[in-house]
Amino acid sequence: MELPRYHRLRGPYYRLEGRACPGCSRRFVPPRSVCPTCKSGGLRPFAFCGRATLYSWSHVLQPARGFASMAPYTVGMVRLEEGPLVSAQLADADGVELAVGMPLEMVTRKIRDADEHGYIVYGYKFRPLLMATRPRP
Amino acid sequence: MVGIVGYGAYVPRPRIDTLTIASAWGRSVDARLPVREKSVPSADEDTVTMAIEAARGALARSRVAPSSIRAVWVGTESKPYAVKPSSTIVAEAIGAVPWVSAADLEFACKAGSEAMQVACAYVGSGMASHALAIGMDAAQSKPGDHLEFTAAAGGAAFLFGPAGDGLAHVEASCSYVTDTPDFFRRQHMHYPEHGHRFTGEPSYFAHSLRASRGLLESLGRRPSDYRWAVFHQPNPKFTRKVATELGFTEAQIAPGTVVDHIGNTYSGASLLGLAAILDVARADDRIFFCSYGSGAGSDAFSFVATSRLEAVRAEAPAVSDYLKRRHPIEDYGAYLRVSRAIRML
Amino acid sequence: MRDVSVIGVGQTPVGEHWDRSLRDLAVEAIAEARRDAGVDRVDALYVGNMLSGELAGQENVATLVADAAGLLPKEALKIEAACASGGAVLRAAYLAVACGAHDYVLAVGVEKMTDVLTDGVTAALALAADADYEAAHGITFAALNAILMRRYMHEHRASHEDFAPFSINAHRNAALNPCAMYRQPITLEDFIRSPIVADPINILDSAGISDGAAALLVCPASEARRARRPPVRITGSACATDTLGLAERTDPLVWQAVADSARLACGQAKLKPKDIDLFELHDAFTIVSVLSLEACGFADRGSALKLAAEGRIALEGDIPICTLGGLKGRGHPVGASGTYQLVETALQLRGEAGPAQVKGASIGMAQSVGGSGSVAITHILQV
Repeated sequence: MELPRYHRLRGPYYRLEGRACPGCSRRFVPPRSVCPTCKSGGLRPFAFCGRATLYSWSHVLQPARGFASMAPYTVGMVRLEEGPLVSAQLADADGVELAVGMPLEMVTRKIRDADEHGYIVYGYKFRPLLMATRPRP
Repeated sequence: MVGIVGYGAYVPRPRIDTLTIASAWGRSVDARLPVREKSVPSADEDTVTMAIEAARGALARSRVAPSSIRAVWVGTESKPYAVKPSSTIVAEAIGAVPWVSAADLEFACKAGSEAMQVACAYVGSGMASHALAIGMDAAQSKPGDHLEFTAAAGGAAFLFGPAGDGLAHVEASCSYVTDTPDFFRRQHMHYPEHGHRFTGEPSYFAHSLRASRGLLESLGRRPSDYRWAVFHQPNPKFTRKVATELGFTEAQIAPGTVVDHIGNTYSGASLLGLAAILDVARADDRIFFCSYGSGAGSDAFSFVATSRLEAVRAEAPAVSDYLKRRHPIEDYGAYLRVSRAIRML
Repeated sequence: MRDVSVIGVGQTPVGEHWDRSLRDLAVEAIAEARRDAGVDRVDALYVGNMLSGELAGQENVATLVADAAGLLPKEALKIEAACASGGAVLRAAYLAVACGAHDYVLAVGVEKMTDVLTDGVTAALALAADADYEAAHGITFAALNAILMRRYMHEHRASHEDFAPFSINAHRNAALNPCAMYRQPITLEDFIRSPIVADPINILDSAGISDGAAALLVCPASEARRARRPPVRITGSACATDTLGLAERTDPLVWQAVADSARLACGQAKLKPKDIDLFELHDAFTIVSVLSLEACGFADRGSALKLAAEGRIALEGDIPICTLGGLKGRGHPVGASGTYQLVETALQLRGEAGPAQVKGASIGMAQSVGGSGSVAITHILQV
């Protein structure tokens, strides 16, 4: 069940919490301890706003182990508004014509729910923007 | 004085046509189809994920810092875990941890309004500046049961706080509860059992009517004093019948009668209706609310909208945005699969 | 540093070896390499392997193989660098001999993948991705490569069909290799109709699950003439790394570790890409061939598909790749694939590649890639 592992990841998984470099202001998710650009340490927690655009995607027909109940599902890489690319599942994508550059937003969904006896892993996914004109928080 | 300072709704995107369900059971000719279609959670959604999105909508409209929330209550009858709170996951996801009270409440379909009452009490007593109440369900129904035509998914979240910041003020609330066993699900059952016609007169109607009349009498008001009203809505017929008996008109309940579009969202139903009313209400509109939960009881509320409501409405999706967003499930097999009714043993 | 030569090579056929275990396969490849060299002495054994713990329930696998091959009490270590383990094990052997710690070192790559079911293999392979930020999200290796492929198609206005020549070339060459697993030639039609794994990637874009072992015996170049067969010099050996997570790169379509390892290996050998006679690249997916050719300087960015379409990657082309089938045609027993590439390169340079012989080949490059381009090991062999 790997409970401790997923518990440790709840900041990035539930809230898209990463780190920001105090030296060069680059932002990271997954969180890093050392900035690969300016080599600064002491990176601080940073909450990403969750808005993104689609970089690329794939519909997975041969699912990873533990993901059969959700197959076929869509995965992709998204460019967060603050800069970094992130790999994630795309939510609510079936029947949607996806396109590079389309606007997306972060939602928290079940990432993995393999069987009725197991632990449910929740985390970020990205879906086509629900309200195109939604004002920023 | 306590107010609703933020609200958010959620309805999942998949829909199934109730005719598809009827056909699967060979009843496409004689079945009474209470609604045309109903909402169904996607494979990666459950009460927790839906509650998180509704809570984020409430936060966006309130502009309150998540760290100032002192309580998160999730009212539901479809907890993903039988033991382990859903509310902690929601609180963690919205950034309300760790100085926060959290629990899941259960009272069949009125667990959400129960959460609203507790949140009011926390804020009213000074125990919390802000408290979040959520009613959300991925409603359960046995395949082939009449409930299958309506059991739907969705709900809403309401953040309670100081009345001065309110989008709506809470004028009063009361509860009416008896032990009436019209509907239940025991620990290891996947689906609830219900008492057929017993769920009507002695249950839904008796409790909804008495709670509503009790609140109206205590405030010295009549239905015509309200611009809007919302009741628990297990199907389009019950909610209209109770409104009519009390003296409310179709115009008063129309915007909040979400059941017509997506079916019965159980603990989410009356809250989702209230959210839909807040989507259209104007300053000083009075709103009457009465939930119903099997077991049985009703919680009634009287609200008055404020001028802040229209200013923050656009900060989160409206109920109608979620109703418009729909993706059909093509066949009954796909519906059973996504509902996890097919169990791999 | 001493110069190092390959004096013996051995390989088992790649395939589904239902009756043979990891140790059986490794022992056969080792015995063949020693027989090929005609030299008895072995000072150390390095075992390249990615997944013995996951797929065979066996770690401490170097000791197991040393014992089974009758090499006790010699030094034996496992070398792991995901799918680049086969390249990594030769690099370890090369370093040990070059620095003078050992004189005769056996590098064997071995992988036994068919002992578990397909979903178990897929799960095991995903261990080379970022566990928390890729694999845990259900993003398989095929999916990561599919994401890259779609992006490449978007940026360079390419179609999926444009990738077919890589698969067709691999199968055509594999048909000429008795040790290859997929020896049936394929057509463009076959490629187009192949079932999707993670769109746009289909079965024929992907190297298959297989078992196999391949071994090389290396020694100081000064002693290489003792061997039975013509020695092959290792004139370049380099390893470079990049972010584990594919999304964490400035441009995921630039495989910098692949570029760096090729540049370093070429620099050491004092060669340029145009001097290379054949290139055994890591064609785990057709998109990997494309990105590797571009990163290594054989094609400009966005032009590797053209290279393939023009037939320049074929045996008679100016940059033949996957000459004995590559990962796609020969099969991809992951931790062993790198040693197969090196054995095949040595055979080409010795002029022993049979009908797949690249005429006049004297300089070959073999490149092993682990993860999604997160580690790359490049060797240059010369006669």
